Amino acid sequence: MISAHLPALQIIVPLISAPLCAILPSGRIAWLFATMVSWLALAMAAMLLIEVTANGPIDYEMGGWAAPWGIALYVDRLGALVLVIVTGIGALVSPAFYHSISRELRPDRQPLFYTAYLLALTGMLGIAITGDAFNLYVFLEIASLASYTLVALGSDRRALTAAFQYLILGTIGATFILIGIGLLYMMTGTLNMADLASRLPALWDSRPVRAAFAFIIVGAGLKFALFPLHWWLPNAYTYAPSVVSAFLAGTATKIGVLILLRFVYGVFGVTFSFAVMPLGEILTVLALITILFGSLAAIFQDDLKRMLAYSSVAQVGYITLGIAIGNLNGLLAGLVHLFNHAAMKGALFLALAAIFYRIGAVDMASIRGLGRRMPYTMAAFVLAGASLVGLPLTVGFISKWYLILAAVETGQWTVVAVVVFSSLLALIYILKVIEAAYFQPSPDGVVERGEAPLTILAPLGLLAFACLYFGIDTGLTVGVAKIAALGLLGGYL
Amino acid sequence: MSPTPLVILAVVTPAVAASLIWVFRDWANTRDAISLTFGVALLSMVLTLYPQVADGLRLSSNFGEMLPGLEIAFVVEPLGMLFALVSSSLWIVTTVYSIGYMRYQKDAHQGRFFMFFALSISAAIGIAFAGNLFTLFIAYEALTLATYPLVAHYGTDAARRGARVYLGLLLSTSIGCLLVAIIATWSLAGTLEFIPGGILAGKVEPWAASLLLVLYVFGIGKAAVMPFHRWLPSAMVAPAPVSALLHAVAVVKAGVFTLLKVMVYVFGIDFLADIGAREWLMYVAGATVLLASLVALREDNLKARLAYSTISQLSYIVLGALLASSLGIIGGTMHIATHAFGKITLFFCAGAIYAASGEIDISRMRGIGRRMPFTMAAFFMASLSIIGLPPFGGLWSKWYLALGTLDTDQYVLLAVLLISTLLNIAYLIPIPLRAFFCPPEDVPEGGMREAPALSVIALSVTALGCFVLFLFPGPLYRLAAMLVAP
Repeated sequence: MISAHLPALQIIVPLISAPLCAILPSGRIAWLFATMVSWLALAMAAMLLIEVTANGPIDYEMGGWAAPWGIALYVDRLGALVLVIVTGIGALVSPAFYHSISRELRPDRQPLFYTAYLLALTGMLGIAITGDAFNLYVFLEIASLASYTLVALGSDRRALTAAFQYLILGTIGATFILIGIGLLYMMTGTLNMADLASRLPALWDSRPVRAAFAFIIVGAGLKFALFPLHWWLPNAYTYAPSVVSAFLAGTATKIGVLILLRFVYGVFGVTFSFAVMPLGEILTVLALITILFGSLAAIFQDDLKRMLAYSSVAQVGYITLGIAIGNLNGLLAGLVHLFNHAAMKGALFLALAAIFYRIGAVDMASIRGLGRRMPYTMAAFVLAGASLVGLPLTVGFISKWYLILAAVETGQWTVVAVVVFSSLLALIYILKVIEAAYFQPSPDGVVERGEAPLTILAPLGLLAFACLYFGIDTGLTVGVAKIAALGLLGGYL
Repeated sequence: MSPTPLVILAVVTPAVAASLIWVFRDWANTRDAISLTFGVALLSMVLTLYPQVADGLRLSSNFGEMLPGLEIAFVVEPLGMLFALVSSSLWIVTTVYSIGYMRYQKDAHQGRFFMFFALSISAAIGIAFAGNLFTLFIAYEALTLATYPLVAHYGTDAARRGARVYLGLLLSTSIGCLLVAIIATWSLAGTLEFIPGGILAGKVEPWAASLLLVLYVFGIGKAAVMPFHRWLPSAMVAPAPVSALLHAVAVVKAGVFTLLKVMVYVFGIDFLADIGAREWLMYVAGATVLLASLVALREDNLKARLAYSTISQLSYIVLGALLASSLGIIGGTMHIATHAFGKITLFFCAGAIYAASGEIDISRMRGIGRRMPFTMAAFFMASLSIIGLPPFGGLWSKWYLALGTLDTDQYVLLAVLLISTLLNIAYLIPIPLRAFFCPPEDVPEGGMREAPALSVIALSVTALGCFVLFLFPGPLYRLAAMLVAP
C-alpha cells in the first residue's frame, strides 16, 4: 500500500524533516536525524529503481488530481538512476558530517546546517522525479537556495563571496530556465512535460520555442558548469565546508545534467534538439573546451580542494560530451559517468575532509608524508584518483571506454584525442599528490599515525570501494545506464 | 579449449604472496621465505601447465564478464607459456639476488619493495596468460602501476623524477595509443579474442589497418621503440634487482610479448604482410636498434649503457614481429627468452659491482675483475650471449632473426642486425676485458671482495642459463614454432 506512494514520499520525507531539524536542540541529534532520513531516502530510491527497471516508468498523481491540473510525478529509469545517485551520496556523506561540521561550524548553527542539507536533498530529488516543467523550476530553486546556504557556511570568510557569486550566477541560470518554461507555456498552454512533448513538434518552426530551447540549455549549462558558465564552481567547492563539497560535487552538477536530459530528450525530443537545432555540435565543442580547461587549470592548483573543483568541471564535461555525441554508447558513457563521477568525487572530497579534520589544511605542502600518517585516507584518495585518470579496474575506465568507443564509432578523432589528453592531465595532478604524500617526508617531521574518525573513514572507504567494485563488476551500473539510455533514445534507434 | 582453474591460480598466486608479504613486512625472514615459497609454487604451476600446452592444448580460465561482450579471461597458448616460464623462473632467481642485495644495503622499505615486486609478477603472468586483448590491456596497465613504487623506491629527487617519466611515458602511450587502438579494434572487428590468423583481416580498410598498426607499435610503449624509449633509461634509478627483473625481463618483455601477440593473433601474419605502414615501421625498429646501440657506446654509466642496450635488443624482437614471416616470429619469440637470461645477468652484475665497490661508472671499473672474478666472468658470458656468439643461447634467436630477414629479402635489415652485432661487441666486451686485464687505478690490492653470496649465486645461475639455452634450445623452438604452424 505504502509502496504505491513511494514517489511522493521520496520528496515529502526529506521536505518535512528539514524544518524539524531546525528545532532540534543540538547538532548531534540533528545529525542523527538527518543521517537517518538520508538512508531512508536511499532505501526509497533503491526500491523505486528496482520497481521501474522491472515494470517501466511510474506516473503518480499527487492527491489523485489528474495530470494537467494536479501535480504529476514521473519516475523513469533515468530519474530513478539519478535518485539513487543523489540519495546514495547523501547517505554515504551524511555520517561524515558529524565530526567535520562540529569542527568547522559554531554549535548553534549546526542544526541549521542539517536543515539546509535536507532542503538541498529535497530539491534535487524533486527535480529528478517531477513530471511538470514549472515544478522542476521550483525544486531547482529549493535546491539552489539551500546549496548557497551550505556554501556560505564555510569557515573561511571567502566562503561568503563564493556563495554570493554562486547565488548570482545560479539565479541567472534558474531565471533563464524559468523564461524558457514561460515561453513554452505561452506557446503550448501546458506545463506538463508529457503534454509539452506531444504539442511541441507542431511548433518546431516558431521562434519563441527555439528561444525557449536556447534559454533552457544555457540555464542548465550554468547549473552543470559548462564552459564558459563554470566560474561559480571552483570558488564554491573550494570555500564550502569540506563535506559540503563532497555532497555537492557528487550531486549538484548531476542535477544540472538531468535538467538538460529532461528537456533535450523528454520535452523537445532528439530530432528537434539534434537535427533542427545544432545542439550536438555546440555541446561537443563546449564540452571539449570544458574538459581541456578544467584539466589544465587543475594542474596548476596548490589547494587540493580547488584542484578537485576544476577536475569536476572537466569531469562533468565528459558527461556533457557523451550526451553531445548522442549515439547509444555516448549516452551510455554520459549516464554511467553520472554515477561513476559521483562515486569518485565523493570519495576524493571526503578524503580531503578527513585530511582537513586532522591537519587543518589541504594544500600540496601540508599533505607531504601523509601516506604514512593517514594510510587509509591516502589509499582511498589514490584509488579514487586512479578512477579520475581512468585506469583499468576502476570506474573511470568504464566511462572512458564507452566515451572513446562512441567517438570512434562516429569517427570524431578530435574527441578521442581530447579525452585521452585530458586523462593524462588528470594523471599529472593526481601524481603530484601521490608523490607528495608517499615520497616526501612530512613538513614538521611528524610520523605517528593519526587517522580521521570512523564517521568519515567508513563512508570514504565505501565510496573508494565503489570506485573499484563498479569498475570490475559493471553489470549493475552499465546495465541500468543502458536501459536508461535506450529509454531516452526511445523510438529513435 | 579446456578449462582449468590452475591458470587463474597462477595469476593470483604472486598477488596472494604480495598480501602475505605486507602482513609479515616487519618479520624479515618470514617475509623473504614467503617470496621464495610462492616463487617456487608459481614455477611449479607453470611447469605443470607446460606439457599440455606443448601438446597443442589451449588451457583456459574464465573470471567473468566485465563489460557486455568483454570478459576477463585467461588462455595459455605457446607464446604466453614461454613468457610465463621466463618470468616465473627468473622471479625465483631474482628473489634470491634481492634478498642478498637489499639486506646488504640495509634498505628501510623492504616490505614495500617485495610486495610490489610480487604484484608486478602477478601482472606479468596476467599479461602472459591473458585470453583476450581486453584482459591483456588491464594486466599491462597493472604492471605499469605496480612497478611505479619500485622505480621511485629510493624516494630521492632523482628517483621521483625518473619514476615520473617512467609512469608518464608508459601511461600516455598506453592510454593515448594502445587503448584507442583496442577500442577501434573492438568497434571494427566486434571481438577482442586472440584467434590464430587474426581478427582484423577483411574487416578494415587498408588505411585503417595502417593506422591501427602504428597505434599498436607505438602504443605498446613497453617495447621501447624510439621515440618512446626514454622511460627505460629513466627507470634505472630503481634498485638493481628491479632493473634486472623488471627492466630487462618482465616489463620490457611484456611490451614485445604484447606486440608479438597482437601481430600473430590480432592482425595475423598474412594480413600483416599486406599492411602499408609495416615497411616503414620496420625501418623505425631498425633505426632504434642502431641508434640505441650508438648511444650505449657513449654511456659511461653501466646501468645506462645496459638500458640502451636493452632498447636496442627489444627492437630486434619488434623487427622480428614486423617481418611478418614465420622465421621472424620464431626468432623474435626465442629472443624474448635468450635476451632475458643474458640481460638479467648483466644487470645482476651491475648491481653486484655497485654493492661491493660502490662503482657505477664503467671508466672506474678497471681491474675490478681481480676482486670480483665470479661476477665479471658471468658478465663476460652474458655479453657473449647478447652478442649472439656460441656457446650461448643468444646465438639461436639471432640466427632465426637473420634468416627471417633473408627470407623476406630485407637485406638492409640484415645489415642492421650485423652492424648491431659489431656495436654489441664494441660496447660490451671492453667492460670485462678492462676488468680483467687492466691494472686497478687507485684501489689498493686486497684479494677478493665479491658482492653478497646470495647475489653472486643468482648471477652465476642466470649466466649458466645462457649456456643451457645454447645446449637445449629445443623446448623454446617448439613453443615458438607452434605459433606459426598452420
